[in-house]
Amino acid sequence: MHINFFTALKSLKQGGKLYFSWLIFLSILIANGISHYIEQLDKGLIVTAMRDPVSWGFYISNFTFLVGVAAAAVLLVIPAYIYHFKPIKEIVLFGEMLAITAIIMCLMFITADMGKPLSAWHIFPIIGKMNFPSSLLAWDVIVLNGYLVLNLTAVLYILHMSAQHKEYNMNVLFPIVLLSIPWAVSIHTVTAFLYNGLSSRPFWNASILAPRFIASAMCSGPALMLIIFQIIRKFSKIQISDTAIFKIAELIAYAMTLNLFLFGAEVFKEFYSNSVHLAPMKYMYFGLHGHNNLVFWMWLASIFNICAFLLFAYPKTRGNYTFLNLACVMVIVGVYIEKGMGLVIPGFIPSTLGEIYEYSPSITEKSIGIGIWAFGALFYTLFVKFAIPIYAHHITFDEQNSNNK
Amino acid sequence: MPCNNDDDDKKKSISISRRGLLKGAALGLASIAIPVGNAEASVWDAFFQKHFTEMSKDELQSTIARLEKEYKEKYAVDIKVGAEKPIPNVLFGYGLDLSRCIGCRKCVYACVKENNQSRHDPQIHWISVLRFKKGEKWVNDLEQSDMYYNPEKTPEEGYFYMPVQCQQCEKPACVKVCPTKATWKEPDGIVVVDYNWCIGCRYCMAACPYGARHFNWASPNIPKEEINPTTHYLGNRPRMKGCVEKCTFCIQRTRNGKYPACVEICPVGARKFGNLLDKDSEIRYCIDNKRVFRLKEDLNTSPKFYYFFAT
Repeated sequence: MHINFFTALKSLKQGGKLYFSWLIFLSILIANGISHYIEQLDKGLIVTAMRDPVSWGFYISNFTFLVGVAAAAVLLVIPAYIYHFKPIKEIVLFGEMLAITAIIMCLMFITADMGKPLSAWHIFPIIGKMNFPSSLLAWDVIVLNGYLVLNLTAVLYILHMSAQHKEYNMNVLFPIVLLSIPWAVSIHTVTAFLYNGLSSRPFWNASILAPRFIASAMCSGPALMLIIFQIIRKFSKIQISDTAIFKIAELIAYAMTLNLFLFGAEVFKEFYSNSVHLAPMKYMYFGLHGHNNLVFWMWLASIFNICAFLLFAYPKTRGNYTFLNLACVMVIVGVYIEKGMGLVIPGFIPSTLGEIYEYSPSITEKSIGIGIWAFGALFYTLFVKFAIPIYAHHITFDEQNSNNK
Repeated sequence: MPCNNDDDDKKKSISISRRGLLKGAALGLASIAIPVGNAEASVWDAFFQKHFTEMSKDELQSTIARLEKEYKEKYAVDIKVGAEKPIPNVLFGYGLDLSRCIGCRKCVYACVKENNQSRHDPQIHWISVLRFKKGEKWVNDLEQSDMYYNPEKTPEEGYFYMPVQCQQCEKPACVKVCPTKATWKEPDGIVVVDYNWCIGCRYCMAACPYGARHFNWASPNIPKEEINPTTHYLGNRPRMKGCVEKCTFCIQRTRNGKYPACVEICPVGARKFGNLLDKDSEIRYCIDNKRVFRLKEDLNTSPKFYYFFAT
């Protein structure tokens, strides 16, 4: 049997006006991002708004959020492969593809944040000098790349089998997906530990951080998938049943409950005990000594999260597409703020020497960030476009009867 | 990977084309980030420069020669890059007499000059002097401090000062988190950075409880005439953009029997320095006879930087 994925690449060239406008739109954003990145490489990270007191910013915030998106694929993998819930099993592939995209974006955000990206190889074992197991960043390199490999293997294997009109062999796939479940949890746990282990930053040095990471990821990631699934359903011949969508919405309702509970637990502890370590939380929600850059955003996130929770919790609203999509957007925005800038920046405010440096991303940071998001969107669009004809058996690579449609 | 002259024509052409390909690929990448004008070979060598602790004597020598040449091109000054080893049976410790400090910041600027810190864009100071209002919170809550005070004259009525710099922890959080082992603690207790090995992830800056680590947000700006040409590989040699730097107790001085620049300049003698393992040293005298404390003792990083009150 002769298999050639390149045949399927032809389908990337087929599409309507909307499809090509979308690609051009994304390409412009990517080009803008690249031009700003070249400027950043030339001048250094001084073109960002980061400085010594706030040494991580927009890039690391996006990275953190996207690790959550990648980890959230597990919410589809478990019902699909462990409980053999058919409506989700049919679409789990697109969730895994989203995880792959998110991890690639994570790696891009990390690279964008590095002072000397050309020295990146120093972090790898053997050729470099990886500080394993001491550095959580070394752990993150391992778990993120491992997760990327696991998901790529699963997706390519499923597509490979689909291309031959064969059902995938569960004996091959099951060990991979079984491993990917704890691995998904590990990528977000390790990322949480990366902050959590720093005793110098009381805001991050709270045991609730990793559970909160996981809970919020299980809200925003699936919400993003719900929106993407509706788009896929609209623009392709792939059948995505309402059952699958509403089941995922129900799972988000549970995750959201847990997320808000953990959030409440943290708010109680900090405000009731009212120690000097309250300062970062005070900064987030009320401002500190007149500095209040985050206040609007944090309240917006909280209101969005609570409203989204109510819409998800009530079966009638989550069963209505208008409310469901509204809730999805609110939870994505809410978690993006809360697990992005709302997590990273208060870790640095006040600084370890008590300084308050107000940070808001520069044009360069925003342009590069948008460029990476656009790349992610482009990559996912093309990936899905490539996969759908194979998955829907509209294309096969059987030498005898290859009917490219 | 230096080119070697091979007489065998065939072998040469093959090896060159392969090498050329690799080089081309690497240079293509490198040209984005490395300023043009460098000799091709030196860009290649710089890219593959090994970790300080893994270089043989010869490799270290040739690396230093290359660095000195680069510095000469950039600053038009003969900069000597030393690699003095730690002195056996020495563990450096620092003492700071808070009752004497007048907040004049002479130490800050002596440090900047001695250690070739970037003067502007970014302005890098390894020492931050915190000013506190008498009677207000301090020590455990630095939020009330001000490091940008700017009066006509110091000391000011109603205020006191606390300089903070790298505390040279025995259990340094920065070393623990560095993903590439680009920073480590030397046997004489100094926490150093291999600037070339640092990838600029700034995880150490997040981990440091003392704000002691500083980042080269851009290529350092140092006036040529103010360059200090006596340097150490792990200390005050000129840095590049994108790496982290920090106080090294003036490793280029202290490993040669001199005091750090900040100790020497202090007009009121508030700064003490010496060998913690030497019972007769001044620093040991302070620890044994004064009431010393260390900053953020609760974090358990065991600083070798002792604050005390002599009077």
